[in-house]
Amino acid sequence: MSAPPQSMLGAGLGLKPAHYDEARRARLPGLWFEVHPENYMVDGGPRLAWLETIRADHPISLHGVALSLAAAAPPDETHLLRLKALAQRVEPTLVSEHLAWSTWRGHYLPDLLPFPRTHDALARIAANIDRTQAVLGRPIAIENPAHYLTIEGHDWSETDFLGELCRRTGCGLLLDVNNVYVSARNVGIDAYAYLDAVPADRIMEIHLAGHSLDAQTSPALVIDSHDAAIDDAVWALYRHIIARVGPRPTLIERDDNIPAFDVLCAERGVAQALLDSATLYGGDASRDEVDA
Amino acid sequence: MNDSLEHFQDAFADALFGARPEDERVQRLHDQPGFAVYRNTVFKGCVDALQANFPAVARLVGDAWFRSAAAVYVREHAPIDARLVHYGEDFAAFLEDFEPAKGMPYLSAVARLDALWVQAHTARDERPIDAATVATLSAEALGQATLRPHATARWIAFDAMPAFSIWSANREGRDVPDDLVWQDERALLLRAFGDVTWRPLSAAGYAFLDACAEGRPFDAAAAHALDAQPDAALGNIVGELLAAGTFSAVVTARR
Repeated sequence: MSAPPQSMLGAGLGLKPAHYDEARRARLPGLWFEVHPENYMVDGGPRLAWLETIRADHPISLHGVALSLAAAAPPDETHLLRLKALAQRVEPTLVSEHLAWSTWRGHYLPDLLPFPRTHDALARIAANIDRTQAVLGRPIAIENPAHYLTIEGHDWSETDFLGELCRRTGCGLLLDVNNVYVSARNVGIDAYAYLDAVPADRIMEIHLAGHSLDAQTSPALVIDSHDAAIDDAVWALYRHIIARVGPRPTLIERDDNIPAFDVLCAERGVAQALLDSATLYGGDASRDEVDA
Repeated sequence: MNDSLEHFQDAFADALFGARPEDERVQRLHDQPGFAVYRNTVFKGCVDALQANFPAVARLVGDAWFRSAAAVYVREHAPIDARLVHYGEDFAAFLEDFEPAKGMPYLSAVARLDALWVQAHTARDERPIDAATVATLSAEALGQATLRPHATARWIAFDAMPAFSIWSANREGRDVPDDLVWQDERALLLRAFGDVTWRPLSAAGYAFLDACAEGRPFDAAAAHALDAQPDAALGNIVGELLAAGTFSAVVTARR
């Protein structure tokens, strides 16, 4: 078993334990699955067995939440070696992490925490990505976070910061379109300008998800809650980026309020149709081929 | 200032756990409505993990009680491992001293069983041996051989407390029996054939497993078991343990 190439990945789904059986049986062109590796860092047992069963028929992506690349400390070596062992076991097509921190001084804080994008932070994060890629022996994709705070002291815009990380480390990007939308609403960036500024050739994967309004904050913040269908405004942003950069492996995240597998497949079908038409009629490299 | 990211993260992490940040930048973040989103997500993530890892405790006390107790635990014992399936290592000990749980002296023991279930669930896979494997040995060879407990086998004893009866009723979605007897209980949890299973253990069975885990030969383990429970039908007990897949190897003595 070796990892299928990225070009085989169309629209994928986050793998949910409730859907293991249907996911295993599903045979949809372009379908792939993404998991949080932390949930499979066990010595044995049914979880790992399920993941290997699904991997036998589908490409897998490992989407980490705990490497804490934006911490002012190197990634935890034990955790990194566990990630490497899992990657050797399931041979994922993609490995990704977040532009955020989640461990600090020996504690794991289960969230993706923000920081000022300073020159100091850039150097630190580049070193952490370098270390991760050296241990894994492959480039990883870095995801733009959802923002809820207006932070002072940025030296860099987020898109320039991500672009510079790619340039320094050879990493790729995981563009989360819902996070761009959520951040635009919460901290007042221009979502379309953001999409136009992302370095197109570095995008290895795109994320789509639903969001919700937080009734407890005033004004209401938009929360990257992964508990609803993808919003029309996010689909519009997705069409925009696909028209600009061409088809890219696209993943629909759903972590709460999880509907039937068929419902997720229908939503995934919308993304797959957009990818298919971008392959035929649009996008950078593919357009050149059609014209030729 | 080369330590600014470090300084920011110290102040931010402290503020998540309720400290008023001294750093003025972080103080201004703390005063934005969005700060609560991060704090809620961190605490919800930890409490959700505890609820997933301690389902029998949660079912016994109800969601609201469980989540408020868990929130106290999270403040005192933030996770140290990103593998949240292992979070709550000290939860049983915490419940033992937790004032609002004083009326439920069995709660900590139930938490210990939930934690053993997770250990059995995530331990390394191993093929168990059956009675036929052991039957190939002569009585003399078996007496000198050592039975190695399966990698997923976990066993525990409770003094004068029906903790296993309470726990298993909750794991199986049953009502706790009205006629609980406050006596010693022992239990074995095991994942030899796919899913985690559990069964009560006799005093002899418990002592036999302890002796096997210490690497004592079969005859010595049997003697230890009979010390613990002189009237035990040891042949049946060992036969049932073998049929359940409790052992992964029989290691014969060198000649």
